Amino acid sequence: MILNEEQQMLADLAERIFADKASVDTLRAIRGGSHGQDYDHELWQAMVESGLTGILVPEDQGGMDFGLVSAGLVAREVGRRLALTPFLSTAVLGAIAIGRGGNADQKSRWLGSIASGELIVALALDESAKHRPERVATEAQSAGDGYTISGAKTLVLDAVNADVLLVSAMLDGTPRLFAVEAGDAGVATTPVVSLDTRSMADVRFEDAKAELLDGDANALDAVLDAGRAILAMELVGLARAVFERTLTYLSERKQFGQRIGSFQALQHRAAHLSVDIEISEAMAFQALAAFDAGADDASLQILAAKARAAETARLASAEGVQMHGGMGMTDEFDIGFFMKRARAASELFGDANFCTERFARAKGY
Amino acid sequence: MRDMEAFRAEVRSWLEDNCPEEMRQPLASDKEHVWGGRQWEFSSEAQRLWFERMVEKGWTAPAWPVEYGGGGMTPAEHDVFKAEMKRINARSPVSNFGFWMLGPALLKFGSEEQKREHLPAIARGEIRWCQGYSEPNAGSDLASLKTSAEIDGDEFVVNGRKIWTSYADRADKMFCLVRTDPDAKKQAGISFILLDMETPGVSTRPIQLISGESPFCETFFDDVRVPRANLVGELNQGWTIAKYLLTHERDNIGGEPPGLLKGRDLAKMALDAVGTDEAGRLDDPMLRADIARLEIDAMAFRALVEHTRAKAEAGEGVGARSAMLKYYGTELNKRRYNLMMDAMGGQGLEWESERTNGGRYAREWLRSKGNSIEGGTSEIMLGIISSAVLELPKG
Repeated sequence: MILNEEQQMLADLAERIFADKASVDTLRAIRGGSHGQDYDHELWQAMVESGLTGILVPEDQGGMDFGLVSAGLVAREVGRRLALTPFLSTAVLGAIAIGRGGNADQKSRWLGSIASGELIVALALDESAKHRPERVATEAQSAGDGYTISGAKTLVLDAVNADVLLVSAMLDGTPRLFAVEAGDAGVATTPVVSLDTRSMADVRFEDAKAELLDGDANALDAVLDAGRAILAMELVGLARAVFERTLTYLSERKQFGQRIGSFQALQHRAAHLSVDIEISEAMAFQALAAFDAGADDASLQILAAKARAAETARLASAEGVQMHGGMGMTDEFDIGFFMKRARAASELFGDANFCTERFARAKGY
Repeated sequence: MRDMEAFRAEVRSWLEDNCPEEMRQPLASDKEHVWGGRQWEFSSEAQRLWFERMVEKGWTAPAWPVEYGGGGMTPAEHDVFKAEMKRINARSPVSNFGFWMLGPALLKFGSEEQKREHLPAIARGEIRWCQGYSEPNAGSDLASLKTSAEIDGDEFVVNGRKIWTSYADRADKMFCLVRTDPDAKKQAGISFILLDMETPGVSTRPIQLISGESPFCETFFDDVRVPRANLVGELNQGWTIAKYLLTHERDNIGGEPPGLLKGRDLAKMALDAVGTDEAGRLDDPMLRADIARLEIDAMAFRALVEHTRAKAEAGEGVGARSAMLKYYGTELNKRRYNLMMDAMGGQGLEWESERTNGGRYAREWLRSKGNSIEGGTSEIMLGIISSAVLELPKG
């Protein structure tokens, strides 16, 4: 697909903001900070001011009401700059979960605050080390005119900073999405320092007061699709960035009296990688466009996009470290950060094996 | 937009009315491909009918101008046409190197006379062309070719030897790269000429491949006299045309695999051959994973092909990026045929048997190995990408 004018403007805007505000130096500062885990507040503020936090929020709620392709253009910058931002959890997953799953009252309470950047939302799905969204032990019980939920979630991105947690819990034998105030007495959050410095947490719920997102009951499927699709774009952006750095290194570093980029053994690997990145990016864009168009095979395409982007980012970061030689192993060089983030972004919402298996299942073999 | 839908409806209804049912089935073997030419004999009535109807319509070369025997379609119309052909799985009515390579070269570099002489004859399937590029000592290093063409009055006198000329033994004419200036830098002394295979001094010898088939030949030239009027473009400027055509050839590599697997579903073949477990999954988890990985890569590759095509239509040059498609597409196809062999098991071992239609699985698998060699090896493609796309330093 080719970007339309609106999307191209957005791509330029996102690139400008992230080039200006987000850098690996910020990541280092946050990693070394006394506050343990956090996100890049200055970047978030810039995203709020330019409307990016409301990218998927309807216009009547103060958002831009763009599609997932547009959100993907932002995600590509997130990956490229290794930005620490609740963009995925709040502006994408929060906006889609509430926008599709919420009732009119819930939408009007939360969507506007997502767009204005006042509300941080985290999505709590997984309960074990591997992503299995239908394997939910957390349960919802009817209580008065609402619900309470009990259970334990893990790998919850941005939970530490969240105001509202969106939680999958079983209701009458089906997983549904509930909203829980993060400050509720029944919520216990334990931060987990993750390898890529992103804010993760284990969250335990004990009779926590919850309200059902009682709009579209299939909202969870859309949330899973969107999460995978956006992470695919993040991984593509990451792969591009680490590849650009590697290419620069190949063109500068000299050994045996020659620039190492002149060695055919490295040239062919770099060329293969460049093709791999092009293909994964084309797949990701096509999958996001399919989601926006409501295509029948959108979920299938998104599984393909996530599986492929994860493999591409793994290859790009592994080749990045290898081709930087000993320097690639040092913390002083940035290359390692890409490898860490690639690992984390691949794991979230299902790794390449998970997506590939689901792809085969969906294709009927 | 509206016009395009009207065009689609028109194409669809014409194809529905005119494409015989037998011509909507995948080719059972390469022998069912219609190549055309002086010696051509149709193997079925449906084949002949389909060919004649499409020729009459000008749709054998849909995008060529009407005055040269084509269909005169715009790029957008051509896309619609291809989609409609694919929709009913219609076979190509006729094709050979004249359609794929010479036609585009003449449209860009040929004189008006050459266009009028050759294009309609190609479009009508009257002349079957072959390509004389590679030589025994000029493969990946094509520009070092040595077949010479010396000027003698109004003629060239050609001497030398070509290899890998597809179906030279059955072709009527050849477009050929020859050295016309032995003293110039190697790319600068090459010309692009056309010759008739019946000219005295031309002889061919088929080469048997590991697949047992002989789609390629060696072609020998012994004082072959070719009119100077058969020079395409300027003297010693043939390399420009050759490069253009190599790019064009790579552009033709789309998402569809060539050969037996064209229009066939690999996963379904595996399900039929291997069977399913109690959960209904392919009863070979490792093969299942490999097929899924292949299908994901194939879907993603098609997305890049589409993207590249859309960019080309928007006027952005594709250039060296076609090397990316050539490289990945052919490697993908080899993987595809390997998996087909994994799926077919013992049937893949059969070389001569009725149920495998003469060892089709084995032979097509072996044939696919050539995909990453012909038209520029994968290693040459990676080299082009390194220098022209990534701009890495020269060795």
